[in-house]
Amino acid sequence: MSTQQTSLNETVPQQTADHVEALIAIRDLKVHFDLGGGGILDKLIGNNPVRRLVKAVDGVTIDIFSGETLGLVGESGCGKSTLGRAILRLTEPSDGQVFYRNRDLAHLSARELRKERRHLQIIFQNPYASLNPRMTIGQIVGEPLETFGLHRGKEAEEQVQLLLETVGLSKRFIKRYPHEFSGGQRQRIGIARALAVDPDFIVADEPISALDVSIQAQIMNLLEKLQREKNLTYLFISHDLRAIRHVSDRVAVMYLGKLVEIADARTIYEEPLMPYTKALISAVPVPDPRVEATRQRIVLEGDVPSPINPPAGCRFHTRCPYAIDACRKVVPQLVEIKPAHFAACIRISSQEPHIENVAPGLAPGLETGQRISSTNSAK
Amino acid sequence: MSHTNGQLLEIRDLRTYFETEDGIVKAVDGVTFSLRRGETLGIVGESGSGKSVTNLSIIRLIPDPPGKIVSGQVFFNGQDIMLLPTEQVRRIRGRRIAMIFQDPMTSLNPFMKISKQLMEMTQLHLGHTRGQAYEHAIKMLDSVGIPAARERVESYPHEFSGGMRQRVMIAMALSCGPELLIADEPTTALDVTIQAQILELIKKLKEETGTSVILITHDLGVVAGMTDHVIVMYAGKVFEQAPTTELFSLPGNPYTKGLLRSVPDPTAEQGQLYQIPGLPPDVAHLPPGCPFAPRCELVQEVCQHEFPPLVQLTADHFSLCHFAREVYADSESKSTTN
Repeated sequence: MSTQQTSLNETVPQQTADHVEALIAIRDLKVHFDLGGGGILDKLIGNNPVRRLVKAVDGVTIDIFSGETLGLVGESGCGKSTLGRAILRLTEPSDGQVFYRNRDLAHLSARELRKERRHLQIIFQNPYASLNPRMTIGQIVGEPLETFGLHRGKEAEEQVQLLLETVGLSKRFIKRYPHEFSGGQRQRIGIARALAVDPDFIVADEPISALDVSIQAQIMNLLEKLQREKNLTYLFISHDLRAIRHVSDRVAVMYLGKLVEIADARTIYEEPLMPYTKALISAVPVPDPRVEATRQRIVLEGDVPSPINPPAGCRFHTRCPYAIDACRKVVPQLVEIKPAHFAACIRISSQEPHIENVAPGLAPGLETGQRISSTNSAK
Repeated sequence: MSHTNGQLLEIRDLRTYFETEDGIVKAVDGVTFSLRRGETLGIVGESGSGKSVTNLSIIRLIPDPPGKIVSGQVFFNGQDIMLLPTEQVRRIRGRRIAMIFQDPMTSLNPFMKISKQLMEMTQLHLGHTRGQAYEHAIKMLDSVGIPAARERVESYPHEFSGGMRQRVMIAMALSCGPELLIADEPTTALDVTIQAQILELIKKLKEETGTSVILITHDLGVVAGMTDHVIVMYAGKVFEQAPTTELFSLPGNPYTKGLLRSVPDPTAEQGQLYQIPGLPPDVAHLPPGCPFAPRCELVQEVCQHEFPPLVQLTADHFSLCHFAREVYADSESKSTTN
């Protein structure tokens, strides 16, 4: 499908409803961290003759639609948190654009950006580190109101009480300090703070990972309730596939700085196409002994490679049971394999979406019918 | 050895308390269970439920002060570990009962080569010479799937990834051929795909060596796939114990039931997720009566002031609840209609 290939840089993975406008449109976003090396001195000493770049986010393009929850899943070091932060410019992007209401956040001045931040909020993973221990709950939740000049004095206090009640905390807590609260309660405080400025879009960066199972359910339900009530849009970042499956409308899978598959939550779970997603889904333990006893698990070999100078071609080729020679050279693009289902793998195509059925050595996604000369094709 | 009758480990009425500024925390309060040879037992519970303290108590690793094993018996092969002199306990630890922890980085010495850390074990416990211990270390690394073990044995812990470090920990734990392996959240710090590798490895090694395993985890999915029996702990007490398949299909305790329902099932339709209301208990200030009563859907008058009995539901299914039989019957009726 050469047409799909060439058009990819211009077209963007869309949801089924083409007319729905994206709230956040991310275009070829990159975040590279320079670890140094490659200078004259480095060459002389011979320590780091090559400049080392961590390509934490490397060319991500995706739309987030109003009112949806986009789940972003991947293993540690894949760049999912960096992507979430880069959207809000808590980490400066190296390249690319992030459009919010047709304004490119990535290129706004600091002052302009500050104004927009009111609509874009974040909830952090660690409810112990993200609340100032010297501020009372009232001050923490009330601070954004003051910063943006929304409410003052008595009115602000009432607003804070209202916010606490919205997230299921008693308004009596207003004078207490963070250490007096449990992890789940602190996460509620973090949510109240994010909600204070009445945002459109919230990045939830592993909001439940530090919590107990029974509390995880409470926080997920709270986030869903708030979404319905306030028409919020979420980017829900997590490594927990069961949680992602539960809260998301669509899911994007990330591996070493790149998105490798996008589809709606159910499809990703029931019919993953990209080999990495397949392995990821099959690795999730299912809380049912009867299912566990019978299911086949794809156990990947080896570890995630270092994001410093990641593998060439498809970044997953070092661990992929289906990799062929071409995978080491060609960088796969996200292609719409099925309607609204995008995957980045040169070995699959809309004609043959299931890699198990692709003949050894064949890469139909690269160009239909073309055989790749390969000596060590996949089993 | 009159106590054994097929049991490798038998724990009776174990109580481990901690003295804190807040008062006495009864971290483990009257825990009784047993483990058969070759079996895998899962212990689930939320943070503070006492699952880790139970296992530290078994090998007497409770820091004293502030902790104290107040009472109880731990029969290992018929011998009560609680009555042994420290010197003898030390000989059991590492050799006959091995442990792996959640964070493999903090359990390995960063200044010592892997080879030395592995050799220490067998030199101390099995009386290996340096040469024997070195070869054994390589063999162990090889058996846990570390590629090029002969070269890697000379590395330091920081040169390994998280998953590889956990493999090293497992190699170390198994190097003396223990009868019991206690794995405390062994995969919690790892990524899903690496978790799958480690769990497969533990399964494989268990089959090969016949080691019994106690697997402590908060992940019900891991329990479902790995264990023969499960214990559910809450507020320092065993709330339910049953064979794994039975616990998941016919839970006899409201807490277990709530826990099972609050985990999203990825294979099912995603409706509203069930949530257990309220917060995990403050173990220093437990309410009179049932510790789960403030969060329980089925709470009755009696639960508020009377501590629940441990009800035997079937031959090896127990539940700590005033209404265990009703809860169990309800599970049964639901499983037949499905």
